[in-house]
Amino acid sequence: MLDWPILSTLTFLPLLGAVFIMLIRGDEEVIARNARAVALWTTVATLVLSLILLFSFDSSTADFQFVERFDWIGGGIDYAMGVDGISVLFVILTTSLMPICILASWEAVTHRVREYMVAFLILETLMIGVFCALDLVLFYLFFEAGLIPMFLIIGIWGGARRVYASFKFFLYTLLGSVLMLLGVMYMYWQTGTTYIPDLHNFTFDADAQTWLWLAFFASFAVKMPMWPVHTWLPDAHVEAPTAGSVILAGVLLKMGGYGFLRFSLPMFPLASAEFAGWVFALSVIAIIYTSLVALAQEDMKKLIAYSSVAHMGYVTMGIFSLNEQGVQGAVFQMLSHGWISGALFLCVGVVYDRMHTREISAYGGLANRMPVYAFFFLLFTMANVGLPGTSGFVGEFLTIIGTFQVSTWTALLAATGVILSASYGLSLYRRVSFGALSNESLLDIKDMNRREIFIIVPLAIATLVFGFWPMPILDFTAVSIQNLLENYNNAFLPSTTGM
Amino acid sequence: MLMQDLIIFLPELTLFIGAMGLLMFGAYATGDSSRLVNWGAIILALAAAVIVLVEAMPKQTIFNGALQVDGFTNLMKVLTLVSVALALFMAQGFMEKEKIARFEFPVLVILATCGMLIMISANDMIALYMGLELQSLALYVVAAINRESGRSTEAGLKYFVLGALSSGMLLYGISLIYGFTGTVNFTDLALLAPQTEGANQLGLIFGLVFMLAGLAFKISAVPFHMWTPDVYEGAPTPVTAFFAAAPKLAAMALFLRAVMVTFPNSVDIWLQIIVFMSLASMVLGAFAAIGQNNIKRLMAYSSIGHIGFALVGFAAVGHEGVSGLIIYMILYVIMTIGTFACILSMRNNQGVVEQISGLAGLSRSQPVMAFCLAAFMFSLAGIPPLAGFFGKFYVFRAAINADLYLLAIVGVLASVVGAYYYLRVVKIMYLDEPQEDAIIAMPTNLRFVSVICAGILILFFAYPAPLVELAQFAADALLADVHFAQTQLGH
Repeated sequence: MLDWPILSTLTFLPLLGAVFIMLIRGDEEVIARNARAVALWTTVATLVLSLILLFSFDSSTADFQFVERFDWIGGGIDYAMGVDGISVLFVILTTSLMPICILASWEAVTHRVREYMVAFLILETLMIGVFCALDLVLFYLFFEAGLIPMFLIIGIWGGARRVYASFKFFLYTLLGSVLMLLGVMYMYWQTGTTYIPDLHNFTFDADAQTWLWLAFFASFAVKMPMWPVHTWLPDAHVEAPTAGSVILAGVLLKMGGYGFLRFSLPMFPLASAEFAGWVFALSVIAIIYTSLVALAQEDMKKLIAYSSVAHMGYVTMGIFSLNEQGVQGAVFQMLSHGWISGALFLCVGVVYDRMHTREISAYGGLANRMPVYAFFFLLFTMANVGLPGTSGFVGEFLTIIGTFQVSTWTALLAATGVILSASYGLSLYRRVSFGALSNESLLDIKDMNRREIFIIVPLAIATLVFGFWPMPILDFTAVSIQNLLENYNNAFLPSTTGM
Repeated sequence: MLMQDLIIFLPELTLFIGAMGLLMFGAYATGDSSRLVNWGAIILALAAAVIVLVEAMPKQTIFNGALQVDGFTNLMKVLTLVSVALALFMAQGFMEKEKIARFEFPVLVILATCGMLIMISANDMIALYMGLELQSLALYVVAAINRESGRSTEAGLKYFVLGALSSGMLLYGISLIYGFTGTVNFTDLALLAPQTEGANQLGLIFGLVFMLAGLAFKISAVPFHMWTPDVYEGAPTPVTAFFAAAPKLAAMALFLRAVMVTFPNSVDIWLQIIVFMSLASMVLGAFAAIGQNNIKRLMAYSSIGHIGFALVGFAAVGHEGVSGLIIYMILYVIMTIGTFACILSMRNNQGVVEQISGLAGLSRSQPVMAFCLAAFMFSLAGIPPLAGFFGKFYVFRAAINADLYLLAIVGVLASVVGAYYYLRVVKIMYLDEPQEDAIIAMPTNLRFVSVICAGILILFFAYPAPLVELAQFAADALLADVHFAQTQLGH
């Protein structure tokens, strides 16, 4: 254990960087250059700090670690931070994607660079805060506040329909979250606290659990997003700048799954069991339906966005299989989807920066002109499809195994999604990379430059390493997940349900 | 005894005598005295606030129970006085540029403020009515202060006609209450009202409903909100800025005391009315503002919505509800003053800009103003970590505690709808391209006010405890009377 508040430092370090950037004076050129540099070094410093956190973390216990707790707004609502084996990995995911995002925007973002970097750094603070918060109100604060920078990122630096997309993103997410807020208040009056570990030990009566579960579900299902409230995601993804898409797919979507694991399962076990069947149904619909929708897309980003919804379907399915394989798989799938989909959006960004179109039909034969690009794009397409040997496979496989123990039909239907994802993934790859160079303007397209390769290589390494050797992650989360499920199962023992 | 009472009454006396002095000075001074009178009025308001703070009177009644001071009134008075001082501070430059700077304006504002202080302290129906009318009459004139402008006079006239109607209803209600109980004193009413029976009780309920209608007009709660958009839009902007903050605060304080303290044992009668007003105000405020293109009209509907949110705290009744309402009103006043500091700065080379579209591209032409206004908009929308979120948090938390689930659910949904139009302002400032006629730089005093307000709202989350404790202290002071009445009846 460290003797200084590492989590608060980690959370607010990017904010400090943002303040620095706002203080830069000079002409536009100077501001842009310095803003990029400050943002990069801040995110790198945050990454280093988060690695210190990772290495001082003790994965043999399920307790929350590095806990900080101070009086905040009184009446049992404290400023409380802490991480367990699940959340610490999401913190690392966030901090490791951020420098990549900053580098990905290095040349792509040319106007209002200062505001852009400030928005990203503030967003990083809020994202880390979400995963570290040990108080429900604090969690909600970080969770909701993230809407503001993301709204601006999509709205200012986005594509043609950016205004529509940013409003849709903001209002959709807000609508889901406010119901959760009411749930939080109800829990506060029931228990007199919003400290998460205390709430884990509290048993709400069955009726209350149902309503609270639904209130939280409204928020997380939109964030995930689950069918049928997923429609904001394709719009947001298509319009967002590349780095915005990376963060959206890589981290923001994970908050939904994280919420299910942190709140819905341990706090409302009875309701979770009751609704698991419904979640399965929605997940299967998400997997099959959005995969079919992805097949029909003409826009590269939209296709990947729909595939994200399908992949999140595996996550919800895994979580609500409520056994170790399923939950392990869900966590693994979230992390792996974080870097795979992030990398896919980076791949789209690479060609978009050159051609300024995301139409699939505008490309073809890129493998001839951009061999390095074609290699990476193939790798991540395959990982997205879930080819064994990539991290995408491990998550899907585990969630399906987990679900199989509970519902054979759900597992069977979900498995068809693997075939569908292969068909849209491979067809996307074929149409972009293979075939003749039909489009004249593609003749002098340049391959990936060093910066682009540099940011995509770590993601490729992660995909392959954890694809072949997933144990580090699985071991890391094992104790926390076992503890979570043990508590969950205890809720069904007669003595604790009070029946 | 009288001397003692007068000392307690010193803040009101200061304002009143000061206003007379300023009036004389303005009338006899040669040349344009408006600037001096304005500063004089600001000093008067601040002096009165200092007197309230220095005296910090514990609970007592004066003038035979007509007025009461306690922790609650002290807090409300200071807030009202400070927001009046800020409104005057922001007004002068605008008035001069529009060539409507008259010395009568600050004088009338101070007289209205005097009325507000009496409203806050009122402990019987006569004092209530006196304070209310002193305030209202001054406000009617102030709304029409730009006598050359058709819109301003129309606003003043509309306000007057509707205001007179509501005063009539209020008076009628008061007379019914007096007729059926035989007293106008709040403390006595709290004890007598529950003892009425049969026809007397029915008559009392009628009186109570009329009184609620009259008071609802003053806080512009639906369905008595009709005047708000027209008056907000028609009155000169500094007047609107003044209207939006201090009178709402005073009227809300009066509303609390006249209803919650005076009829603590008739909760089941007035609660349904409050719940309805709250629901209707939140929903109307959310939907009606969507179509507005004039920022003052938008703020009018927004204020109606916010009164609805504050009334959620009212409907939750107990300690949680009242302290939530007080927190909400304090934050609302800060947000409103800050927003109006920005609205007063909306001016291009052609003159005043009131259309929201005039803000296009503000984030690039005036980044500080755009940032502040964005902070106010997000705060008004109730997005964390801005202070507006905490305002909503406390009132809705109280509502959940009081099992008012429908109110809470409709309320949060209305706040999502409302978020749309606040976001639209942000969108125009940050997402749209700048226009030819950009907004010119903010005057220093307005920039000062808006930066301070934005700073408070942004940093509030880091240390909310002082405000929360203050509000809880004030709520306890107010509720002490309620508990007193309830325990008296218990015996």
